[in-house]
Order: sequence, then C-alpha cells, then structure tokens
Amino acid sequence: MLTIIYAFISITLLGAILGTGLAIAGKYLAVKKDEKQYNLERALPGVNCGACGYPGCSQYAEAIMEGRTTELTLCNPGGPDTAAKLAEIMGVTVDLTQEKKVAQVHCCGGKDSVEYAFEYKGISDCNAAYGMYQGNKVCKYGCLGFGSCIGACPTEAISYDSHGLVHIDDNKCISCAKCVTVCPVGVIKMIPVSADYIVSCNSKDKGAATKKACKVGCIGCKICEKKSPEGGFRIENFLASIDYSVKGERSSAAEACPSKCILKNK
Amino acid sequence: MSYVAIIITYVFISNFVLTQFLGMCPFLGVSKNVESAVGMGFAVTFVATMASLVTWMIQHYILVPLNIVFLQTVAFILVIAALVQIVEMVLQKFAPPLYKALGLFLPLMTTNCAILGVAVIAVRANYNALESFTAGFACGVGFLLAIFVMSTIRERIATEDIPKPFRGIPIAFIIAGLMAMSFMAFDKALLKNLIG
Repeated sequence: MLTIIYAFISITLLGAILGTGLAIAGKYLAVKKDEKQYNLERALPGVNCGACGYPGCSQYAEAIMEGRTTELTLCNPGGPDTAAKLAEIMGVTVDLTQEKKVAQVHCCGGKDSVEYAFEYKGISDCNAAYGMYQGNKVCKYGCLGFGSCIGACPTEAISYDSHGLVHIDDNKCISCAKCVTVCPVGVIKMIPVSADYIVSCNSKDKGAATKKACKVGCIGCKICEKKSPEGGFRIENFLASIDYSVKGERSSAAEACPSKCILKNK
Repeated sequence: MSYVAIIITYVFISNFVLTQFLGMCPFLGVSKNVESAVGMGFAVTFVATMASLVTWMIQHYILVPLNIVFLQTVAFILVIAALVQIVEMVLQKFAPPLYKALGLFLPLMTTNCAILGVAVIAVRANYNALESFTAGFACGVGFLLAIFVMSTIRERIATEDIPKPFRGIPIAFIIAGLMAMSFMAFDKALLKNLIG
C-alpha cells in the first residue's frame, strides 16, 4: 500500500516540479509570433495533411506570411471558406470559383468480374503486390484491393465495398489527394464533387484484351460517344473519359454501355 | 572503470547507433546535410549528458530509497521530455535556423531510445554520478560521430548516379549497415590493449 502512495506522490511531484520549471522557462524563452501569422494558422484547418505542398498548416501560414507564396487556395481540406478567411487576413481578394474535387476509384472490376493471373499471398499492401508483376489481376490498370489508400486517408473516407474494391465517400473526402499518391496503379483520380457519372475503368488495353481480363472493363467501343454526344465523352487509348466541364446528359450512354462500366456517381 | 574506458566504450566499442542500433530515427532522418546533422548531434549530446545525470539522481535519491524502481521508465521519460522541451525552447530562441532544420526530430528526441537507453544502461551498470554523466556524454559523442560521418557520405552520394530502386532511404540503410560492420572492428580487445 505504502508503495502505491510513494509511487503516486513521487511521480506527481516530479511532474509538478518539471511542469513549473517548463512554465517559467516558457515565459523567459518565449518567441514572439506575429499576430497575423497566428491568425493565418488559426484560419487553416490544422489537419497537417500536406495537400498544399508544405509539411503542415503552420509552414503554409509561414510561407504566406513571408511572401514565398501568393496562392491562398492551396488548402483543399479547408476549401473556399478557408481561402476566403486567408484572403481577409492578408487583405487581398481571391478567385473562389474553383469547385471542390474529390478522389474516386475508377475501377469496378470486383472479385466476380475479373480474371486473376496468379494467387498473391504476400503482404497485404498494394505497393508490395504491385512490385510483383504489377499485381495479381490480369488487368494491370485496375484496383488491386489491398487497401493501401485506406491507410493513407486522413479522414477515413475510404472503405471496402461488397466486391472487395474500395469506394471513397465524397462527403468525407477532403481532397488531399494522398490516396492518389499512394496508389501504385494510378486508378484513383480526382473528379469534381458534382460529377453525375464516372467511367469506372482505367484499362488502356485494346478492347479484346480488356474483355478477356475483365467483364466490366471499358473496351473503347465509342458507343457512349454516339449515344450521348452532349455528355463530353472522349475515347483515348481504348478508354472512355468524361470531360466534366461539359454539362450534357449522360444517362443514355450509361444505359447503352455494353460492359456497364459507366456508373452513377453515388 | 576509468572514465577514459567509459568514453571509448560508448563512442567506439558499443556505439549507440552503429553497434546497439538505438536512435535510428534521427540518424536516418536528419543526416541529409552536415549542418543539421551536427546540430542534431550536439542536441542529442546535450540531452543525453543532462539526462543521464538527472536520471542517476532520480534513480538513487528517489526510486531506490522509496523502493519504487518499477517506475524507472515512466520517471526517466518524464525527465527526458522536460529536458527536450527546454532544449527546444532554447534553440527556438537563440538558434532559429537550427530549430527549423531539426524540425520534427527535436520533439521526437523525447522518445529517442538512445537517450532513454543510456540512462537505463548507466543505471544497470551501477555507475556513480560522474560515471553516468561521462557515459551520457560519450553516448552523445558517439551519436554525433555516427551522424556526422553518415551525413558527409550522404551529401556525397546525393550527386552520384545511383540505380533507381536504391535512391534515397534504401541506400542510406545500406550505408548504415556498412558503417555498422566497420564499427564491429572495435571490440573489447581494444580496451584491454589500450588501458590494460
């Protein structure tokens, strides 16, 4: 019993003495921070995600303060609100018309619809799997499904769906693009948050090769281009993509797609 | 054990980084250029020296008399954290460029196993206060030596044409491994021949 009391008292006292010492030292050694920089730091979200290109929020604030950057819209998580606050503090105006972008996985080739080249039994990590013949799927452009992006996401916006693929919740996505960087395949792309449809395929193989590897791959048949001429569809390298600056209807193309890889964006 | 023997032991024979593999994080993280590496080396030396002295006092005046040696790790970490905090404040005030260069590694020194390691090792070896102090200092010097050599090599290697898979951290690990191998040359026999 005595031991517990001793332990309690000694550690408390030690902590108290060191704490007081630090508080006093803090008073004498305080470095005055510019109030403007302090305000800038306060205006930033403080998640230190690094999307702006600086290691963290305080470094970004410092860069703005010292005039090393004039870009006030670099903070993706904060979005237009933060940019407006930063602009107010710095006394300038910024163009806030840029729409928020979110990351999304452009692959719908789940367990049941793709062919596997071999059985992978290594570390459950996309980069490790990609190091071995670019992954265990026949298609070298698809989502590997080992969830490296899930670990990279600072806001837990990414989760598995029922087909063993990942899906990104665009309400939770803060557009830091960390998943885009970590994904070895490059199957995660940034799209505007308002996107109604996505081409859920990333395969640049020729139609026949894509079809052999995956039931739901884009074969570059150009039907979407013809069915929805106003939809901004474009075929390049046997892969359809959508130009989101074009605001036409895309539903008939989605319906007509033979491999059903043009999906409604949830 | 004489003080010279302690210094030789912790700088060369059981160098904290290259023989005992403690404190690898700043060793690889801050060794990209000589200037910040040396700064980190001195910061570690200072903290290790002070920490080994203070932890010796804590061990012999608080923990042992009260029979609460099981609190060793907690108490030591507490002291080391406070010391690191002070070093951080002093650097921020008097050497802002160094403070910036060390960045995150300065607060990370709180949990640097080299510093906790020297405190614990000094206690286990039953050193007296001055011997502990010497061991802490020697540990820091050993770290300084290792990180200084490492940073000079890495500065040179930065301009070399290295095969792509080895660039950056992988080659740094290989260098660290080679350096560790060369430090294996120092063993207890050296101490015997030198001091007898």
